[in-house]
Amino acid sequence: MYAIRAGLQKFQITPNFEIESIIRLYARWIREGRLTVNSDWNKDLGVTFTVQDPCQLVRKSFGDPVAEDLRFVVKSVVGEEHFIEMYPNKSNNYCCGGGGGYLQSGFTEERRAYGQRKLQQIVDTGADYCIAPCHNCHSQIHDLSEHSGRHFPVVHLWTLICLSMGCLGENERSYLGEDLASVGL
Amino acid sequence: MGETTTLVLPRQSAFLSQVMGLLPEGGNLSMCLTCGLCSSGCPASGLHDMDPRKFLRLCALGQDDLVLSTPWVWMCTMCQRCVYACPMQIDIPRLIYAARAAWPRENRPKGIRGSCDQALNTEGNSAMGARSEDFQFVAEDVLEEVKASQPGWEDLSVSFNRKGAEYFLNQNSREPVTEPDEMVPLWKILHTVGCDWTYGTLGWAAENYCMFLADDKAWETIVRNKVRAVEELGCRYWLNTE
Repeated sequence: MYAIRAGLQKFQITPNFEIESIIRLYARWIREGRLTVNSDWNKDLGVTFTVQDPCQLVRKSFGDPVAEDLRFVVKSVVGEEHFIEMYPNKSNNYCCGGGGGYLQSGFTEERRAYGQRKLQQIVDTGADYCIAPCHNCHSQIHDLSEHSGRHFPVVHLWTLICLSMGCLGENERSYLGEDLASVGL
Repeated sequence: MGETTTLVLPRQSAFLSQVMGLLPEGGNLSMCLTCGLCSSGCPASGLHDMDPRKFLRLCALGQDDLVLSTPWVWMCTMCQRCVYACPMQIDIPRLIYAARAAWPRENRPKGIRGSCDQALNTEGNSAMGARSEDFQFVAEDVLEEVKASQPGWEDLSVSFNRKGAEYFLNQNSREPVTEPDEMVPLWKILHTVGCDWTYGTLGWAAENYCMFLADDKAWETIVRNKVRAVEELGCRYWLNTE
């Protein structure tokens, strides 16, 4: 998204459309009652989650308001009491190290060294899961989790939204841990 | 008394002057207070014996040979946390971008270059080289399976190139290429809220490595193709999945 936004500016293009993030729409749809999520499924399970603020979406695009939307969605879906913040966060969050072409650059050792700070941030929350609502973040944090041997699950936000609505199919659970693998099936 | 050691001989930096000429307010690049807030909050600090403050100081002291040769420019993700932390709002990532661009294209990391080239070579701008017909085939195949096997989702729908849809949804190539089932939860959410959306066969891929490759011409080509894709269908929003 940032590449488009920055590109429009840099190359002085004025498009006939607006740029939107699905994160903002998720929040709006939940507020409007169109997306009927709830966190009842997690009441007894008590699985805890932290969330990664993607740089491209938050610091580099929409700032803290979209970070608030992201938290609103996450808390609606997993339960406020099961959400744990990383510190620092929102616009001040650390990059995970998956951006800038790092995953493709071949500098694997350096990429993982870079990711140590993110890994420690996540581990310090003590959360069971990390939600990564960005593809590069997801790939990088998943790799950090596996490579460090910590093996905490890293999930997309859409997975949890559908899980909370009871409509997550059997084949749509690749990134869930064993604890949630059969919830709502 | 210790002896004075001259670490570097200050010179005028042609590189820095060139970048400052390109940026509004010169990118504030001459306003560094050397406080180090950039480096203390940068996960790339220390890699290859470099950090954002050091990089900027080397520029300020005209050490262009070092600045333009360190592989560290590929280890900074241009995440802009340094800009956010800097009391003078110095745009170090723009400097990094310019340093990347100063590398001969063939010497830039092969993986990023390959991803950019794949995007240039496919009408969907897929960095993984996915052809649009394959994207459409995979999406429709997955859709049919969901409709047939998941009760309650018989009406789930996916459209391609539907003119006048409110949202043009782009999709990271990773989904159709390596994990197509991950598209389904998103479709279900869009279906549940009655969202009026379409995929396109032109410029559908969400990723853009030409920017990270610091290849202006390729980056512009990709952006223009994606703009054309949305405008030709008359969609009101370009919707990103992140």
